[in-house]
Amino acid sequence: MALLHVTSPHMSRAGDTGSVMRHVLLALIPGIVVMTALFGWGTIVNIIWACLLALGMEAMVMRLRKRPPMFYLRDCSALVTAVLLAVALPPYAPWWLVVVGIGFSILVAKHLYGGMGYNPFNPAMVGYVVLLISFPVEMTQWAAPAGSIPDQAPTLGPLSALAASFPFLSSTPVDAFTMATPLDVFKQNDSLMVDELFASSPQFGRFGGYGWEWVNIAFLLGGAYLLYKRIFTWHAPISMLAALALMALIFNDSGSSASGGSPAFHLFTGATMLGAFFIVTDPVSSAVSNIGRLYYGAGIGVLIYLIRSFGNYPDAVAFAVLLMNFAAPLIDHYTQPRTYGHKDHKSHNEDRGPK
Amino acid sequence: MASSASYADLTSNGLWKNNAALVQLLGLCPLLAVSGTVVNALGLGLATIFVLVCSNTAVSMIRNVVSDAVRLPAFVMIIASFTTCIKLLMQAYAYELYEILGIFIPLIVTNCAILGRADAFAAKNPVLPSMYDGFIMGLGFALVLVLLGAMRELVGTGALFGDMNLLFGAAAAQWKIEVFSDYPGFIVAIVPPGAFLFTGLLIAMKNIIDARLKEREEARKEKPVAGSKRVRVTGTIK
Repeated sequence: MALLHVTSPHMSRAGDTGSVMRHVLLALIPGIVVMTALFGWGTIVNIIWACLLALGMEAMVMRLRKRPPMFYLRDCSALVTAVLLAVALPPYAPWWLVVVGIGFSILVAKHLYGGMGYNPFNPAMVGYVVLLISFPVEMTQWAAPAGSIPDQAPTLGPLSALAASFPFLSSTPVDAFTMATPLDVFKQNDSLMVDELFASSPQFGRFGGYGWEWVNIAFLLGGAYLLYKRIFTWHAPISMLAALALMALIFNDSGSSASGGSPAFHLFTGATMLGAFFIVTDPVSSAVSNIGRLYYGAGIGVLIYLIRSFGNYPDAVAFAVLLMNFAAPLIDHYTQPRTYGHKDHKSHNEDRGPK
Repeated sequence: MASSASYADLTSNGLWKNNAALVQLLGLCPLLAVSGTVVNALGLGLATIFVLVCSNTAVSMIRNVVSDAVRLPAFVMIIASFTTCIKLLMQAYAYELYEILGIFIPLIVTNCAILGRADAFAAKNPVLPSMYDGFIMGLGFALVLVLLGAMRELVGTGALFGDMNLLFGAAAAQWKIEVFSDYPGFIVAIVPPGAFLFTGLLIAMKNIIDARLKEREEARKEKPVAGSKRVRVTGTIK
């Protein structure tokens, strides 16, 4: 009987960047499907347009930097950035909004800092924040989710969605139904009890924003798939969600008009789940060690709550992530894991001697 | 001591090789804060040139009288007096611009480019070269400031030379050029992060140009003669 001649290491391959990124894209599909069902085809138009732009810009930069474009396009990292930004943008966003956002994500946040693996900030979130600061009007025009208003027209199909984003393509202007997002309404409210607010505004569902509950559940499913596939560890997302829930619990005050919202409301409204499983888990811009990721996620969770409740912007995932991206090197410095064969990281550093 | 620096050297130093804003990265605070529009940038640029020329001249005049130990306080006093002069002048003749630039006019005192020139050049050189150095250094700073202001105004608002009447009187109100019509405005270019971005781009552009020039310089140099032998040397070379 022949013996297997397999030498160490006996670990299965973790997968290259490309396969990881393709898993992430796969896991985004449920969320995208739910968003399309709720808001119409605007989301799909955003995604396709953003992907085309991202691939084009990535290829252009790679030519400028004299690297083989196809090799870098195949790792799909530009596509993930594009899809994440496109999902975060309001459906039926004008075409130039996507151009500016992807431009900042790919050209400035990614390649000016050295390209894949060197970006200190999450590219998609940089693009989003630049857009949010620069074009507050366009960025807060969210389409009304299907079924939230009783006599609402059906959501836009593919062609009219295309015409809404590219107005020069059609002769008749197309308008989508827009309304304030649940987080907006919740923030503006200072007179109604939370129960009354949920009953009186079309923006709210059972415990979160109307429709947004399903979007968040879908992204949660995608995240669970990635966790099952061990694309990332549980530390950062779970710690972020726990910190956010804890903050909400502290400031909930049983639903008065000054309430900050229940934990369930915060967990299942806005971009919470998308952020937790697809943004916070970015391996490049987050903390490196497991314990570091716990701190990193918790910081994001606390910041999301603070900015949502006390800041000027209703949703806060992007700002919170960027702020903690700043802090990631510091967290790494203080959470350096013990090196095998050394007592703790201090003695390990002493061995190296002063530099 | 570079007391006999030629005027050509001073010019190329101030405008390009040793540019206060792009190479020394001095005076970044006003550079980043008031370069949102051309008129703001030009206003502060002119004020800086004025202070730099006057302070360099005055410092050079007293350079043999002030002892080394107290030279820095003395320089700062001189710079502060001229800053007060320009502040009062702007208050009198360009009041609206004075209001817009606000704290950044008195802050010219703390512009390290000015104190730097006073200590590094004016304190060691005769009056005329010092005056010229102040002018050229200030001009280099002001040019970068105006270029940055133009870039940010163009990208941020889609127009150029808006509100020039603040500096040049009512006739200049028509100087505004709408480059893009129906422009939605790009706020990031106008707020401070935009200043960092565009300053970075300007520095990168300067580095590219420098690299190109160097390449061309090297290409022009004669190639070493083929077949030259290596020489073995013993002992230390003095």
